[in-house]
Amino acid sequence: MTATIDTDAPETRAPSATLAVLKRAGVVGALVAVAIAVALVQSGSGIVVWQSVVTGLLTGGLYGLIAMGLTLIFGVLDIVNFAHGALLAVAMFISFGVVQATGLHPYLTMLVTVPALFLVGVLVHRGLLSGSGGATLENQLLITLGLSLLLENGLLLFFGAEPKNVGLPGETHLDVFGAVVAGSRLYAFAGAVALGLALYWMLQHTGLGTAIRAVASNGPGAELVGINVRRIHTLTFAIGAACAGAAAALAVPLLSVTPTLGEQFNITAFVVVVLGGMGNVVGALVGGLLIGLVEQLTTIYLDGQSSLLGVFVVFVLVLFLRPQGLFGRRT
Amino acid sequence: MTDTAVESRRQTRPGAPAAPPLRPQNRQFAVLAVLVLLAIPLPLILPSAQGAVAVRILIFLIMAVGWNIMSGFGGMFSFGHAAYFGLGAYTSAYLLVEHGVSPWVGMAAGMVVAAAVAMVIGYFSFRYDLKGAYFALATFAFAEMLRLVTTSSDVVNGAVGYQVPLIQGSSVWQMQFPAGSPAYFWIALVLAGGAVALSILFRHSPAGRYVVAIRDDELAAASVGAPVMRHKLLTVALSGAITAVAGAFYTQYYLFIDPQLAFGSSVSIEAIVTAVIGGIGTIWGPVVGAVIVGSLSDVTATLLATPPEFLSFLQGRSGLDVILYAVMLILIVRLMPKGIFGTLADKISERRRR
Repeated sequence: MTATIDTDAPETRAPSATLAVLKRAGVVGALVAVAIAVALVQSGSGIVVWQSVVTGLLTGGLYGLIAMGLTLIFGVLDIVNFAHGALLAVAMFISFGVVQATGLHPYLTMLVTVPALFLVGVLVHRGLLSGSGGATLENQLLITLGLSLLLENGLLLFFGAEPKNVGLPGETHLDVFGAVVAGSRLYAFAGAVALGLALYWMLQHTGLGTAIRAVASNGPGAELVGINVRRIHTLTFAIGAACAGAAAALAVPLLSVTPTLGEQFNITAFVVVVLGGMGNVVGALVGGLLIGLVEQLTTIYLDGQSSLLGVFVVFVLVLFLRPQGLFGRRT
Repeated sequence: MTDTAVESRRQTRPGAPAAPPLRPQNRQFAVLAVLVLLAIPLPLILPSAQGAVAVRILIFLIMAVGWNIMSGFGGMFSFGHAAYFGLGAYTSAYLLVEHGVSPWVGMAAGMVVAAAVAMVIGYFSFRYDLKGAYFALATFAFAEMLRLVTTSSDVVNGAVGYQVPLIQGSSVWQMQFPAGSPAYFWIALVLAGGAVALSILFRHSPAGRYVVAIRDDELAAASVGAPVMRHKLLTVALSGAITAVAGAFYTQYYLFIDPQLAFGSSVSIEAIVTAVIGGIGTIWGPVVGAVIVGSLSDVTATLLATPPEFLSFLQGRSGLDVILYAVMLILIVRLMPKGIFGTLADKISERRRR
């Protein structure tokens, strides 16, 4: 997988590895095809399944978008950021506040949320996570857990629990071969893909991206060739947080803004990150699409069960059988 | 850890003619006995509102002791102790409501169920070698799955949950007393005291020593012949069983349980935060943490009900207690990673050594 920022060095990426990834993609694709076929038999209605697939993929794009920041942080810093969902909620509130105050188009609030979350990311990493106190895995888990509780309940304390909504001006509903799709969903999906590509390009083709990949694959080695590892860590964390800021602006017309909205996205984001392989940005996007599909198909398979149940079943299976993710390789 | 404190005392008084120093577990049992004796008259002294806080402290205490056995002594960082709390709560509630079984029997059954589930989850996690973050995420996933399944299963009343049927008068066998009765506190005290006693026993048993050795260096422990899998499974089973007790008692005390209260992630978080604030991997850390975390929500509730001038805009809002313990959690992890009790114990033993 060329997009991975984990330990794959270019020279080890022999043709056989590419072949293996292709083969795995084939297996995943076949599984998806079978799952859709079973759903088709179960529901007996093509249009229902088609609507589910389209909705699932579009929602999945959003999951992928949210998971990208998380996977970047995990891949480079080895930090499981439990506060990612809370950061998303903070960004949503910023976006909501800006729309309320200035009447700006929701998507344009990205101009505020992205720099704001970048700054928050810098502060969180420098203030809480870097240095010896944030060294062990347990401490990082606990600090980010504490941070998420702090942010969520801070929002609750100051803004209350009532859901807030931001409408998309000129919202339309499109017809995609018989499936009805809200315009805002489609735009969010397009934004997710664009952001994924931008992030991928940044990692592969800029000096900063190269430094980030170097630090991810070998921290001490990167230090030896003159890379300021602590600075790269802070920047990566901030970029990851900024991704949540971008995701918030794209998703704000789709969701009710509540202090705890991050919780549900945090769960799916972790599933997506593990599925796509921790640290793999493109994997996160693909994982997001798969999870979106799984959610929708679960509601067809298991009538009355929560759509999240299927997500967790997939999650546990992946954790046990392929903890390196669908597209990663065991180290 | 506490053992070092005792050792240093031995060194400073090598030729003390008096009775030989107590073995650490006996000293800890003695402290526990004193604490329990001191706590017995509390519900008679405290006003009834504070009596409820005291019971909540004891519930937190049991949860934190359970979590600490697996994640503190065992080093297996669980993010899903709500699973065992909820299994304890639901097993006893189900048996009581649907079959009229005494909550005591239900509690024991809940312990068995929670221990069995903990061993199954543990077996697969260890078999597939899940470590650190992956293990934490897996435990979290199992707790969430249980929440989702109970929410949508009519067998256990779905999202509605269970209401404990009220009886006339009071009955120890039915574990039900008039509201505000000191009996609730005493039962919780016995359960919490038992939980701490179990954790002391476990810490000093061969199994407990093995588990701590495995936590510190699994490869080394395995290579000197420690049966790693067996002891890890024993640890998670014990941890799950103790946490289930908290769940079963919770149901009896609050007379109500639903999937969110039983399996919600906030339950897992409460167990973690309590143990971490007090001190991970120590006997008394969960006790200290429970007193702090358990009383915090009451303090903030009174504060927000009648806020001082500068906080008046917060009147009637919720979330302040969680904010306070979140801040405390972050500060403690950053500044005193051994928790309040662990850090104090270290300071004292250091002074003795000097």
